[in-house]
Amino acid sequence: MSTPRSSASSPDPIPHKSVTLAPSLGMRDPEEDSDSTPSRMSEDDDCSGGGGGGGWTPDLRGGGGRWAPPDQVLEIVLESVLEFLTAARDRNAASLVCRSWYRAEAQTRRELFIGNCYAVSPRRAVERFGGVRAVVLKGKPRFADFSLVPHGWGAYVSPWFAALGPAYPRLERICLKRMTVSDDELALIPRSFPLFKELSLVCCDGFSTRGLAIIAEGCRHLRVLDLTEDYFHEEENEVVDWISKFPESNTSLESLVFDCVSVPFNFEALEALVARSPALRRLRVNDHVSIEQLRCLMARAPRLTHLGTGSFRSEPGSGGTSSVSELATSFAASRSLVCLSGFLDVNAEYLPAIYPVCANLTSLNFSFASLTAEEIIPVINHCVSLRTFWVLDTVGDEGLRAVAETCSDLRELRVFPLDATEDSEGSVSDIGLQAISEGCRKLESILYFCQRMTNAAVIAMSENCPNLVVFRLCIMGRHRPDRITGEPMDEGFGAIVMNCKKLTRLSVSGLLTDKAFAYIGKYGKLIKTLSIAFAGNSDMSLQHVFEGCTRLQKLEVRDSPFGDKGLLSGMNYFYNMRFFWMNSCRLTAKGCRDVAQQMPNLVVEVMKEHPEDEGETDTVDKLYLYRSLAGPRNDAPSFVNIL
Amino acid sequence: MSVETERSSTESSAASGLDFEDTALTLRLPGSSSSDTDRKRASTSDPSCRSPSAAASDSPPSPKYAARVVGWPPVRSYRKNALATAAASKFVKVAVDGAPYLRKVDLTAYAGYTSSTSYDQLLAALQDKFFSHLTFRKLGNQEMKLVDTVSGTEYVPTYEDKDGDWMLVGDVPWRMFVETCQRLRLMKSSEAVNLAPRAAR
Repeated sequence: MSTPRSSASSPDPIPHKSVTLAPSLGMRDPEEDSDSTPSRMSEDDDCSGGGGGGGWTPDLRGGGGRWAPPDQVLEIVLESVLEFLTAARDRNAASLVCRSWYRAEAQTRRELFIGNCYAVSPRRAVERFGGVRAVVLKGKPRFADFSLVPHGWGAYVSPWFAALGPAYPRLERICLKRMTVSDDELALIPRSFPLFKELSLVCCDGFSTRGLAIIAEGCRHLRVLDLTEDYFHEEENEVVDWISKFPESNTSLESLVFDCVSVPFNFEALEALVARSPALRRLRVNDHVSIEQLRCLMARAPRLTHLGTGSFRSEPGSGGTSSVSELATSFAASRSLVCLSGFLDVNAEYLPAIYPVCANLTSLNFSFASLTAEEIIPVINHCVSLRTFWVLDTVGDEGLRAVAETCSDLRELRVFPLDATEDSEGSVSDIGLQAISEGCRKLESILYFCQRMTNAAVIAMSENCPNLVVFRLCIMGRHRPDRITGEPMDEGFGAIVMNCKKLTRLSVSGLLTDKAFAYIGKYGKLIKTLSIAFAGNSDMSLQHVFEGCTRLQKLEVRDSPFGDKGLLSGMNYFYNMRFFWMNSCRLTAKGCRDVAQQMPNLVVEVMKEHPEDEGETDTVDKLYLYRSLAGPRNDAPSFVNIL
Repeated sequence: MSVETERSSTESSAASGLDFEDTALTLRLPGSSSSDTDRKRASTSDPSCRSPSAAASDSPPSPKYAARVVGWPPVRSYRKNALATAAASKFVKVAVDGAPYLRKVDLTAYAGYTSSTSYDQLLAALQDKFFSHLTFRKLGNQEMKLVDTVSGTEYVPTYEDKDGDWMLVGDVPWRMFVETCQRLRLMKSSEAVNLAPRAAR
């Protein structure tokens, strides 16, 4: 049994050091060995074991079915040492060393990362890991964001909450992404976890302000409540005044993000809440907050570091209208601001008010603000320290040129389209991309939506920005070639994989032949996530990818001329991946069934456009396959067929 | 903004994608369709998937698109909705027989697809907004129903047009529907018998 740890209560939630608690409080007996083999570790992200495993499973039961009692001194030392390992990859490796390391690691892992909620059963996860303080759960495949996963597909949090509640009474942090959570499930949190501190919901659905009220009221030690791009379907007359439900005394709140909760709320309650939350550093409000109200909030929280500015529009209330210079005074007083976002209905006249903080900003999100180059250039000229910049394409190539000239330290750029249709005008092009590549040499991550692109600009970026880790180029018109040469975009993407040796995430677009994928397979050795749409000529493309991209974890494909042959070329690699998604290609039920039959630890889900089609030669519209220790799930809706 | 050509309600253009006929005006009764298979393929249209002869070559296809494709360009609906609030929208109230509150849907959110896909998306959205146990079923003769899988109650989507008449959803081309629809009602099948019969197919 482990001895009590030294009292070191950490103020920061990440990464976790051990929290002092008496060992009698539900500390799990490490001798309760589960019968699971630890080698696959499909519940953990980035498992190096997956890449090198290849089917070997260690037998940790010891010789002859009997095992020796643990060496208690060694275990204590081991656990103390393993406390310092926070990265899942390191922990996975440590757990493979031998049985006592496996046990020690299982007891000291503080964050449980489940990259696919269906890859392992909740029961199994809680049986192995006894001392978890934080859980990260991801549900639906990413293409669900683009309406490609029908409603009711799954990713319900209920079986997980049912298991986590009894197993981890000391749980402090839950982060969910693309999962369905109901208000009643949210209500389980304060009941099951009295020490609960952080809730983060990203792209989730199923809950409402009623659930938020329960969290606010019940979680007395709440530090973080972050709601990011969740789906709310409430009518205005159903909305609950959740902000009033926070404790009346001083709160521990450090972060409150609710810009996606786009319904009116009780502003006075928010103002009072901010005033009694001395630790608050991040506040992102929704578009129902005017400039006048923003000033009130900023006055109450002068030490904010991250601010989501709401509408950034004047709405004269009882206090009259604020002028630009008055707003500028408010910003001047917020000396700690490093990250600005919001501007959800921006009145550009007020932009100069942020000049006082621009020089210190490391992150600026204008991606909901329809601004012209003229409006943005004076702002950008002040932002010399910017590392992250999100913007709409309305600023044009000219606006991007200004970014390139000023933001030499830029690491992440995202350019979103105002008009996300294929035949829109598109205001940014290869010219903007080229300018960015020349000015922002330290760029690591780029997401760029455009209508016109050239191989030359992409090649230039590959040469100027060798530190790129994420390259996502979305040429919105399907099958668009190089706008000058008329050639496919093969050479551009080829250069990216060739020259950007740290690249782990790639999204391709435009007219692409098998050649592009030959390049990707040959040079993209570190790629973990690959997104393919409307690309390639034949199944050779998929074969290149499977055979070449040895670190591939997540592959998403849509509307490309790949069929069963391409699917089968991945057979030897599916166990090394978290998932493979393919929709609107040329798969047949037979091909998918072949895969399912040959790979027992793979769950193969298919969805047909017309479920009544029974034929094996009929095309499968959607395929989602993933490795899993849990076997086929029992909550699949009728339109999902698990082979 | 996208150039939307007038097209027949058959929306068979989606299947081949690039033919001249697709963008031509034709005279046809609303609701008549040229073939079921064309409708089947309408939802994610990809010229290269449907015409293999054109797909394999390196020649760049025409940049004109017959119809939008679901989920492309890949921008999250959260972002689209946030940016669209400024743009023109048409919100109509949706009532479900037996449910105590109304919802609203923005009919302009489903523009640019084939009619069939637009209707599909609308019904999927209605499913989203109401009960998770309502399943959208499209029967062989193109009738659309929502079924409460718990109670077995069937609902038929209906709408009130500019004349105050209640019509079955799905009969007219999408753009005409958006123009004339004043409100939506998911009516219990048992009550829907008195509505205007569908146009003969």
